[in-house]
Amino acid sequence: MIEALRRLWATLRELTGDDAYERYIEHWRSHHAGHGSAPLDRAAFCREEQRRKWEGVRRCC
Amino acid sequence: MATTLAKPLPKPMSVGIWTVVIGLGTFALWAIAMNRGESINAMWFIVAAVCVYALGYRFYSAFLAAKVFALDATRATPAERFSDGRDFVPTNRWIVFGHHFAAIAGPGPLIGPTLAAQFGYLPGTLWILIGAVLGGCVQDFVALFCSIRRDGRSLGQMARDELGALGGAVALIGVMAIMIILIAVLGLVVVNAMRHSPWATSTVAATIPIAVLIGLFMRHLRPGRVLEGTAIGVVLLLLAVFAGGWVDKHETLRAWFDYDAPALALMVILYGFAAAVLPVWLLLAPRDYLSTFMKIGTIIALAIAIIILNPAVKMPAITQFVDGTGPIFGGNVFPFVFITIACGAISGFHSLIASGTTPKLLANERDARFIGYGAMAMESFVAIMAMVAACVLDPGVYFAINSPAGVVGAQAADAVATISSWGYPVTVEQMEGLAREMGEGSLFARTGGAPSLAVGMASIFSSAFGDTLLAVWYHFAIMFEALFILTTVDAGTRVARFMLQDLIGNVAPSMGRTSWYPSVLVCSGLVVAGWGYFLYMGTIDPLGGINSLWPLFGIANQMLAAIALCVATTVLVKSGKTRFAWVTALPLVWLVAVTSTAAWEKLFSPDLRIGFLSHANDLAAQLAAGSLTGVAAQQAPRLIFNDRLDAALTMFFLITVWVLVVETARICYAALTGRRVPPSAETPHVPSRLVEGWVRD
Repeated sequence: MIEALRRLWATLRELTGDDAYERYIEHWRSHHAGHGSAPLDRAAFCREEQRRKWEGVRRCC
Repeated sequence: MATTLAKPLPKPMSVGIWTVVIGLGTFALWAIAMNRGESINAMWFIVAAVCVYALGYRFYSAFLAAKVFALDATRATPAERFSDGRDFVPTNRWIVFGHHFAAIAGPGPLIGPTLAAQFGYLPGTLWILIGAVLGGCVQDFVALFCSIRRDGRSLGQMARDELGALGGAVALIGVMAIMIILIAVLGLVVVNAMRHSPWATSTVAATIPIAVLIGLFMRHLRPGRVLEGTAIGVVLLLLAVFAGGWVDKHETLRAWFDYDAPALALMVILYGFAAAVLPVWLLLAPRDYLSTFMKIGTIIALAIAIIILNPAVKMPAITQFVDGTGPIFGGNVFPFVFITIACGAISGFHSLIASGTTPKLLANERDARFIGYGAMAMESFVAIMAMVAACVLDPGVYFAINSPAGVVGAQAADAVATISSWGYPVTVEQMEGLAREMGEGSLFARTGGAPSLAVGMASIFSSAFGDTLLAVWYHFAIMFEALFILTTVDAGTRVARFMLQDLIGNVAPSMGRTSWYPSVLVCSGLVVAGWGYFLYMGTIDPLGGINSLWPLFGIANQMLAAIALCVATTVLVKSGKTRFAWVTALPLVWLVAVTSTAAWEKLFSPDLRIGFLSHANDLAAQLAAGSLTGVAAQQAPRLIFNDRLDAALTMFFLITVWVLVVETARICYAALTGRRVPPSAETPHVPSRLVEGWVRD
C-alpha cells in the first residue's frame, strides 16, 4: 500500500516535471562526472530548463 | 517496463470480448442515430464513443503499426541515439502520453462541438467519432512515426525534406496564419464570456497576478518545485472564483470590472503583448502549469459527472439548421460541420506537437501507437463530452446563449420570440432565472461556446453537489476555460513571434536573434497587432465575429492537417508502401474536399452570412444608398475592409492547399515512375540497445 502510494507520487512528480532536477543530477553523474566540471545548481538548472522548454510549439488549440 | 500488459487472453475469450464491444458500440450508435424522442440518455454517447475508440485502437491502429509503418522495437529511437538528458530523453510511455495529451488538448475540442451543436447532436458526434478514428488519430500517429524515423524533425523540416522548399515554406506560413486566426477567435470567446460580467472579468483578471505570484515563487523561493507552486496556485484560483462573487455584489468594485466587448478586446490585446514580452518564467510558465492542472482535473471531473449522473441530452438529433440557416454560424452541414469541429476529429496543429517534443522522448518505436493514436482518441473523447455538455441544455436556452444579437434581435423579448418560432421554446423569465442562478446579468448572445458549456457543466456538476453552488460552478467553468485560452494566447503569440523573427532574420540577421530585445518588441507587436485586429473586428461585427472567424480557423487548421497528410503520403509512397498510401490519402482527399468547398462558399456564396464578398458588397451598396445610420454607418467601411481581408485570407488558404496537393501528387507520381525526387530522409536503422537480447511484446 505504502509502496503503491510512493510509486504514484513518483509518477506524479515525473509527469509534472517536479523531479526534473533530480533526474538531471542522475544523468550528469552517469554521463558527465569525472570530466572536471560541476553540475548546475538547482536554480540555474531550472532557469535553463524553462528557457529551453519554451522555444518552439508547446501548446496546441 | 511498460509492457506489463497481462498475458494475452486465450483466443476464444478475446474474440468474445471484442464481439461484445462491436455489438455494444453498434447498438449505442444505432440508439443515438435513430432517436427521435424528447431526449436521450448521455450514457449512449459515452458507450458509443468508448466502443468506437477501443475498436479503432485495437484493430486499425494495430494494422497501421504492423503493416503500414512496420514499427520496429529493435530500432533505436532518437531519444536513445541522441540521449542528452535534456531534449532527447528515453521516457516511460505513460509519462510521454501524459505530456503529449496535455500539449494537444486545448480549448478547441471544447468550443467546436458546442458551436456545431446547432446542427443537432448527430452530425457533430458522428464526425468526431469517425473523423478521429480514421483521420485525426492516424494523422497524429503518422506525424509522430515520420518524425521518429527522422531524428525527431519538425513538420516544417520534413515538408522541406520530402516535398522540397515550396512545401516547407507553405507549411511555415500556414502555421503562422493559423496562429493569428486561432488566437483572435479564442480571444473572442473569452471576451464574449466576460462582457458586462464583473464576476467573470474579475476572476479572469485575478488569474494574472496569481500566475505572477507562482512564477516568482518557483523562480526565487522554491526553484523547480512544480507541485508545490501549482498546489498553491490552484487554491488561489478557487479563492478567486469565490472572491469574484463578492466583487459582483459590491457596488463600487463591480463597476471596475464591467466592460463592453470592444473595451475587453483592447485589454486582452494589451495583456497579450505584455505576456509576449515579459520573461517566460514570470507569467507564461506558471500559467501553463496551472492551466494544465485545471484542464486535466476538470476533464476528469466532467467525465465522472457525466458517467455517474448520465444527464438527458435534450437537443434533437438533427435541427432544421442543417440547411445553412443556423444562427450561430451560417452554412450547410456539409462542409461546415467538418470545419467547425476540427480539434476533436482531426486537428492539423497536433502534427506540430507530434513532430516537436514528443518524438524526442519515445524510448521505443512501438510506443508511437499508444501515444500518437491513443492520445488523440482521448482528446476526441473530450470533444464528445463537450458535445454532451452543450446538448443537455434546453435547445431554446442553448440558442439564446449562442445566437448573436444581429441574428435574433438585441432585446430579450425579440430574441426569445425568434428562437421560439424556430420550435425551441424559451421564455424571457426562463433566461432571466437562469442568468440569476448563474450570477450573471444576462446570458443572451454570449456566442462562442464557453458560456453555454459553462452553463451545461454547472448544471451537471450542481446536480451532483447541490443547487446552491450553481453560480460558483458557472464561474469556475468560465475561469477554467479562460485560463487555458489565455495560455494558448500567450504561447501562440510567442511561437508566432519566433517564426516571424526567423522569417525576418533571413533579410535582417539582427532581427533573427530571438533574445535581442528590440526585435522581441517589434515582432511581438506585429503578431499581437495581427490577431488583435481580427479580435477587435470580431467584437464590433453585428453578426458576431464567431460567424466569420471560427470557419476561418477551421479551414486553417484543416489545411495544416492536409499539409501533414501530404508529407505522410509522400513518405509512404517513397518508402515503397504505395499499396497502403490510402490510410493517409483518403483522409487527405476528404479534408481537401471539405476545406475547398468551405473556402469556396466563404468566398462566393450569395448568402450574406456565408459569403465574405457578398456581405461586403451588400454593406457597400447599403452605405452608398445611405440606408445605414449612426454607428452602423461609421463601422460599415471597417467591416467591408474586414470582409475583403477575410476573403483574401481564405483565398490564400485555398491556393496554399492546392499548391501543396499538386506538389504531393507530382512527387508521388515521379517516385512511382522512377524519376528523380528528393530522397526519403529516413534515418538508417540503428539497433536499439535498450531491447538487446529480448523483443518487446
